[in-house]
Amino acid sequence: MMALREAFASFRRAPLLSALGVITIAFSLFAFGLFGLVAVNIRDALQSIEDRVEIRAFIADGTPVEASSAAMGDIHAFPEVLSVTYVSQDDALVRARKELGEFSDVFEPGVLPASLDVKLKPGYRDPTTVMAVANRIKSYDFVDDVRYGEDWVAKLYRLRTIATLVGTGLGLAFAAVAVIIIGATIRIMVMARAEEIAIMRLVGATNGFIRMPFVLEGFIQGVMGGLLALGLTWATSTAISHSFMRTAFFDPTLATLGVVGGALIGLFGSTFAVGRQLRRL
Amino acid sequence: MSLVRFLNVAKEYQRGGVALSHASFQLHKGEFAYLTGPSGSGKSTILKLIYMEERPTAGDVWVSGISTREASKKEVSMIRRHLGIVFQDFRLLEDRTAEANIAFALEVTGTPTDMIRPRVARVLTQVGLASKGTSYPRELSGGEQQRIAIARALVNDPYVLIADEPTGNLDERATRGIFQLLRDINTAGTAVIMATHNLELIRRTEYRTIELNHGRVVFDSVETPPAEKPIEAIAPDQHDETPI
Ligand SMILES: Nc1ncnc2c1ncn2[C@@H]1O[C@H](COP(=O)(O)OP(=O)(O)OP(=O)(O)O)[C@@H](O)[C@H]1O
Ligand SMILES: [Mg+2]
Repeated sequence: MMALREAFASFRRAPLLSALGVITIAFSLFAFGLFGLVAVNIRDALQSIEDRVEIRAFIADGTPVEASSAAMGDIHAFPEVLSVTYVSQDDALVRARKELGEFSDVFEPGVLPASLDVKLKPGYRDPTTVMAVANRIKSYDFVDDVRYGEDWVAKLYRLRTIATLVGTGLGLAFAAVAVIIIGATIRIMVMARAEEIAIMRLVGATNGFIRMPFVLEGFIQGVMGGLLALGLTWATSTAISHSFMRTAFFDPTLATLGVVGGALIGLFGSTFAVGRQLRRL
Repeated sequence: MSLVRFLNVAKEYQRGGVALSHASFQLHKGEFAYLTGPSGSGKSTILKLIYMEERPTAGDVWVSGISTREASKKEVSMIRRHLGIVFQDFRLLEDRTAEANIAFALEVTGTPTDMIRPRVARVLTQVGLASKGTSYPRELSGGEQQRIAIARALVNDPYVLIADEPTGNLDERATRGIFQLLRDINTAGTAVIMATHNLELIRRTEYRTIELNHGRVVFDSVETPPAEKPIEAIAPDQHDETPI
């Protein structure tokens, strides 16, 4: 009770520093949040693309059916493979005509090669695995060419990795700054209350009791910073949704995790600083 | 029982050299003792060793049976709840009233709120300032401020009141008042140990006097022949050799 009162008193005593603490925590989490948002949206996009990831192995003309169906059995037995479908020359023609609509008559029967269409199991659809499986299929003599995933899947993956790294890096940098600023705030608070603390010690207040208001203050700053970051991220996401493209926002669990993250930065910063400052008195 | 027991205590400050050596004495329940000696002789050091601001370099100090050498931080806090400490400079918080200053000692040691008011009122009356509870320190005279500080020291019902030159900043009249107050507090049952320069006031005292010089106990009226012993210190405490 008293600790809570004291914690709020700090906001009155050093409003600028306290606000700065809140804002840097907010920035830290906002950085995490923005790049997290990019990562979440790319993940969603990849999910829908991955569902369609196929390896198509074109079969050389004149390959005996027995050879290709034996290979089908082999390929189906790969641990990564979900399904293998044989697409004959005729099937290919039908499919091409359907996909191309009005230009359908450009294809003569027999122009399109037959193929084996391979779908991979979920979890094996990342670029590296796809390439590895494609190369294995390519090693069959009768396989002319293999087409798969394309570069842009790899590019999306790379983008996601970059977003994650940049977000984490920036977020950590801001978090470090936040911890330093909270430390400075606490230092001032401890100085301002040095007399009080000395008396508290003399009359037998425990260390835990003396630390409580400071730790609580850091915690409150952290929660406020977390909420501010959540608001900023949400505003940004909404703005993009309106003017650009529909974007997904964090689910409640992830949003809560963000605020908890803020609280942890605040707690860590204040606990660290208060320990150091109290030892100095 | 002995509340405070020094056995061959030495204290050497990291910067400042030996402040105390071979100090041995005991302070018993309900006893009153003056601590005298020239400036730098080690009076404050002895008091700091009692309230565990400092730990002995050699020997041992027991407070209410606990060796301060081994006491944990938590134990130190708990022991201090049974000590009342008063300084020359009062150490009141300027931003709160006399009452609030006294209540502070209870609040920060987790006393239930409903017990605080009556106890504050009781000690205010005890120090003769029942009508000044709502005054701020700057609205009080030095003597009155020291009484508030004493009230704060008393509010936790200490076994022993430790006073380090409590009258150092006061004029003659206020000094006499504080001396009288401390003796009254002692009469009511609280042990008191008080460092003082004021030889004038204790010259013909019937109270125990421990005199220090260069960090050594050079005179202790309890140790002097029976004829000169103060009345209340005659009863020996042989059973007290081991700390409780
Ligand atoms: N924290 C400290 N660090 C180093 N030396 C100290 C410290 N405190 C006290 N001393 C030294 O220890 C000796 C005893 O000091 P102490 O304060 O106990 O004396 P005192 O009897 O209380 O003096 P006074 O009557 O002036 O208050 C002095 O020589 C002093 O300089
Ligand atoms: Mg002194």
